Amino acid sequence: MSLNTEALPKSQEVTASPEAAPQPWEPRIVGFACNWCTYAGADLAGLSRLQYPPSIRLIRVPCSGRVNPQFVIRAFQRGADGVLVAGCHPGDCHYSTGNYFTRRRFLLMQRLLEYMGMDPRRFQARWISGSEGPKFQQTVTQMTEDIKALGPNRKMRDVE
Amino acid sequence: MRRVGVFVCHCGSNIAGTVDVERVAKEACKFPNVVFATDYKYMCSEPGQQVIKDAIKEHNLDRVVVASCSPRMHEPTFRRCLESAGMNPYLFEMANIREHCSWVHPDKEKGTVKAIDLVRKAAAKVVKDEPLQKSSIGITKRALVIGGGIAGIQVALDIADAGFPVTIVEKEPTIGGRMAQIDKTFPTLDCSACILTPKMVDASQHPNIEILSYSEVEKVEGYVGNFNITIRKKARSVDMSKCTGCGTCWEKCPTKVDSEFDMGLGKRKAIYTPFPQAVPNKPVIDRIHCTKFKNGKCGICQKFCPTGAVDFEQQDELITEKYGAIVVSTGFNQFDHSVYGEYGYGKYPDVITGLHFERLINASGPTMGKIKRPSDHKIPETVVFVKCVGSRDEAKGKSYCSRTCCMYTAKHATLVHEKIPGSKSYIFYMDVRTPGKGYEEFYKRTAEEYEAQYIRGRVSKIYQKGDKLMVRGEDSLIGRPVEIEADMVVLANAMVAREDAGDLARTLGISYDKDNFFTEAHPKLRPVETHTAGVFLAGACQGPKDIPDSVAQAGAAASKAIGLLSKTQMESDAIVSNVDESRCSGCMICKGICPYKAIDAKIITERIGGKMAERQVAEVNKSLCQGCGACTVACRAGCLNLLGFTNEQILAEVEAVCL
Repeated sequence: MSLNTEALPKSQEVTASPEAAPQPWEPRIVGFACNWCTYAGADLAGLSRLQYPPSIRLIRVPCSGRVNPQFVIRAFQRGADGVLVAGCHPGDCHYSTGNYFTRRRFLLMQRLLEYMGMDPRRFQARWISGSEGPKFQQTVTQMTEDIKALGPNRKMRDVE
Repeated sequence: MRRVGVFVCHCGSNIAGTVDVERVAKEACKFPNVVFATDYKYMCSEPGQQVIKDAIKEHNLDRVVVASCSPRMHEPTFRRCLESAGMNPYLFEMANIREHCSWVHPDKEKGTVKAIDLVRKAAAKVVKDEPLQKSSIGITKRALVIGGGIAGIQVALDIADAGFPVTIVEKEPTIGGRMAQIDKTFPTLDCSACILTPKMVDASQHPNIEILSYSEVEKVEGYVGNFNITIRKKARSVDMSKCTGCGTCWEKCPTKVDSEFDMGLGKRKAIYTPFPQAVPNKPVIDRIHCTKFKNGKCGICQKFCPTGAVDFEQQDELITEKYGAIVVSTGFNQFDHSVYGEYGYGKYPDVITGLHFERLINASGPTMGKIKRPSDHKIPETVVFVKCVGSRDEAKGKSYCSRTCCMYTAKHATLVHEKIPGSKSYIFYMDVRTPGKGYEEFYKRTAEEYEAQYIRGRVSKIYQKGDKLMVRGEDSLIGRPVEIEADMVVLANAMVAREDAGDLARTLGISYDKDNFFTEAHPKLRPVETHTAGVFLAGACQGPKDIPDSVAQAGAAASKAIGLLSKTQMESDAIVSNVDESRCSGCMICKGICPYKAIDAKIITERIGGKMAERQVAEVNKSLCQGCGACTVACRAGCLNLLGFTNEQILAEVEAVCL
């Protein structure tokens, strides 16, 4: 398996302010958060003013079990450096069983990505409840650091 | 081409402090389909909402994005705003630039960049939003209560008093449940029958209550507001309409059987009512023990019945009725302590359980209220109580605390002291837990005034020595082994779920925990609801509970059921799964995945190659679907989609944030 360790600056022409000095590369993480636990946990992190790197963009889904592997692939294809799927703790799913599907799909999906030559660390699943603001903060911080070390995702981008 | 309007909120300085809101609005104007963008101090305020309404009119907007706080906070607010502006409320998305951005990213430049991304994501999704409609369904204004113990009776009375018809289905020949077996209740020591039987009579005489005793729920179909329930009325062998409950039959019946109601300590006849105050007070024939059913002879009851009500030919009857709400109150069982061989189960008749003891001290019980040893009918002088038999023991029993044993053991010790002068009680305990009004005081009184001796420690062995039972254990407070010569030992067995709880849960489509107790929808905020809409829980079927808690929960379950039944139409959420029938292959994988039994197969007729052909496809019941989306991912053809969170919408979001 090949690791992408070279840190290349990514184009940010749409979003970067014209006056701002060139920023060091920041990974771009797409997060899928279930409405009942992780999205609420991220809200709590905000309410508690827990700071974390501005690398993550959360997409709200009703349940982590709603996350189709296709969404994950598409995110990597479009240049996401990491993908996080997060939901309620096993046993606490708002819909009883949704996160069990997530758990199984995640393990398969991670192996598939690995087979494709992707570092599996780029794709993570986490259980973050509505009361775990600090855990959300730590998860994003840790994942950002891990992916920074891996460098930008070029593998799947090139596949396009 | 859509006409999207973007509204960026300052939230005072909450957002504007760390995000350049004007720049966000300016950038938003460049996104595809966005025709208007502005920022305002407080978007959720009255004037803020007016800004949105005015812009909708002025710029002829057909989609709206508000970039402000969490949708968990103000999504309903803005949806209402759109509705009052004459738009479909679902043509709306929120970008969470406060909780997920301004509050967590102090760097203004980076925060602003992220805020722009989040708005782009929302704008990309809103373009794919479709107008959604809430569906509404009618409601059958009747409730079914499964289990006629104190919880079920209370539920039935409360719902019936609110004016809705209720049916109680009870497995046993009479309602009353466990409470009917109990002698006195803690902490007041008032007689259980004295407070229960009037309620049983109330239930039987209430014009809105129908009692189906000796019946069981066989099949549950349908969904909230519209359940079709098949009930098996077991053959009583007695015609309820003819029987007057005179009692001649059970007086004349020659067959004696151990009474289940008296925990095997007393006898009943083969045609019997479980106890004298049974409701309905009409007997059933126990076909397993009845001589007539065993070898065709006898038939004495039929000969003596003055109304000719005894009917040996009677068959089980299946009836199907419609109900709008179901309350489950099936109660509990006693833990089977045969796993504790050291307590001598089955070997020593004088080692009994708490429920046996209740029957022994009950005035209408087998000993007429005299505490007598089952073995030789002697009055015991020394009684040892052992608590936590099966409770708080993960190795052999259950991990949980049964909540009631500390209190009923204290009650038993008090009653022993009152009924047998000069007697002595010893209580082996792990902890004494008395969380309830007046409970701690009751326990203190037992220990101090009624001289029950509490010994902290476990019992290791009970064995017979002469006509005494030797109870060997450890007093862990003084760190020494103790041995007590007892006349009788009473075990405080754990409360466990009914053995058939799992079957009933599967019939009803509700979930149950590792110990087979039914699971509530939320342990704190939805304690009487289940995950299946329209099914509620009351009493010890949900977890160990004493009488006050069961009654309180029954009231709560009743009020939830009344709330449901008092509506004529019920609105269900618009965020539901949707089938594209043209692509559905009818494989029905989705059916097994749905946790709400919302998906079923249906047959459609369509023209294929000029011929009409029938084909199976999946159908989503919009009132049952809760919108989790699990089915959408499982669908191999991708023909299931979750409205409001469609594949296209989420992919649009993914692409927007990856730009």
